[in-house]
Amino acid sequence: MVAKKSIKYLVVLVLSLTSVLGFASVSDPVQGAEAGDPVDTAEEINSYIKHHLKDAHDFHLYTDNKTGKHYGFSLPVIVWTSKGLKTFMSSAFHHDDSGSVIVNKDDVKLVKIHSKIYELDKGANVVNFDETHHAKNAHAVLDFSITKSVFGMLVTGLLMILLFGLLARGYKKGNVIPKGFSRVLEPLVIYVRDEIARPNIGEKKYKKFMSFLLTVFFFIWILNMLGLTPFGFNVTGQIAVTACLAIFTVVIYMFSGTKDFWAHTLWMPGVPYVLRPVLALVELVGFVIIKPFSLLIRLFANITAGHFVVMSLIALMITLKASFGPVVSTGMSLILSLFIMVIEILVAFLQAFIFTMLSSLFIGMAVEEHDHAH
Amino acid sequence: MYNLIGAGLIVIGGGLGLGQIGGKAMESIARQPEASGKIQTAMIIIGALLEGLAFGALILGK
Repeated sequence: MVAKKSIKYLVVLVLSLTSVLGFASVSDPVQGAEAGDPVDTAEEINSYIKHHLKDAHDFHLYTDNKTGKHYGFSLPVIVWTSKGLKTFMSSAFHHDDSGSVIVNKDDVKLVKIHSKIYELDKGANVVNFDETHHAKNAHAVLDFSITKSVFGMLVTGLLMILLFGLLARGYKKGNVIPKGFSRVLEPLVIYVRDEIARPNIGEKKYKKFMSFLLTVFFFIWILNMLGLTPFGFNVTGQIAVTACLAIFTVVIYMFSGTKDFWAHTLWMPGVPYVLRPVLALVELVGFVIIKPFSLLIRLFANITAGHFVVMSLIALMITLKASFGPVVSTGMSLILSLFIMVIEILVAFLQAFIFTMLSSLFIGMAVEEHDHAH
Repeated sequence: MYNLIGAGLIVIGGGLGLGQIGGKAMESIARQPEASGKIQTAMIIIGALLEGLAFGALILGK
């Protein structure tokens, strides 16, 4: 029993260390560049962090600076060009991100510039840039690629189907107490139901919205936790993802709004008639724009800021190396980034909780029934 | 330059607000420890609303 327990602790320790080490190895190219030609280290770190925060077309884990070899795997690129749908693997770009590698696919020339895919205009063979580094003779294409973020979302979706399928199958079999990993999930499901949905939406109507709230909660939570692994996902830090989740919430509370809700929004009772149109405008702007905007910005900014801080603290070991020596700077960055990582685990849960909480609060406002007469 | 000053002002404002929320929540938990669960939930919601405001301002100012 004791041996089993200590093995568990060892596994946890190794796993937590690899997450830090993974980030450390990721920052290696910066170090390598510093040793070679005189490069602005701060600039390099900045560009590296920006690259990490953005979505990518391939899964880049590690670059060996001495041999120039990239480790990772490519993901499929699916684009809608002027000549229809084109699909190929992103390895065709050879990790180029400046538009110098041109992929020729049945007379359609495609380049990748700053993680975006462009199509060259007719007759052009090289990309020309203007002063602001925008491509002059290329235009954007409709991009349906399985990017890193899409890949992360697919993994999360499959994971959720697997885990909750197992939990549901356990209940179907008649297990009162779930077995295995389902034991971890049951209290969370009950937590979402009893602490988030019931008090905010109301005893009568909460059941209808449970599927949405549970899906959103676990989707955001798993993706936030995935962002803390060394694989470098930053899915909930993409504004498109959070915007989409916020739009789901808006559509749901708009379409489930009761008569009372619309009466209170558009023609507020108990207020002088002159004020009612003004209040209607304020309420409508609040429900359609401000509430979803605050939802999406909160999640996006929290996750982005968290990743930014972690990456910056890891970069400390390079920026402080000159003044404090390698051991002190590495130790400092290790301790600080471990501290922030632990906080980030809390934030990952808190943001999923808050998104679900506010969604159910807004839904509760929309489905509330007023018994009293005005 | 100006957006950095603005970011500082936003952080000051958000910090004041969060301090108020946290301080009052602490006080009320000390007065009524049995209601701490409810107070914590309300505190987190208001904190989140404030945070949304501050982050919105930061993003708009960028």
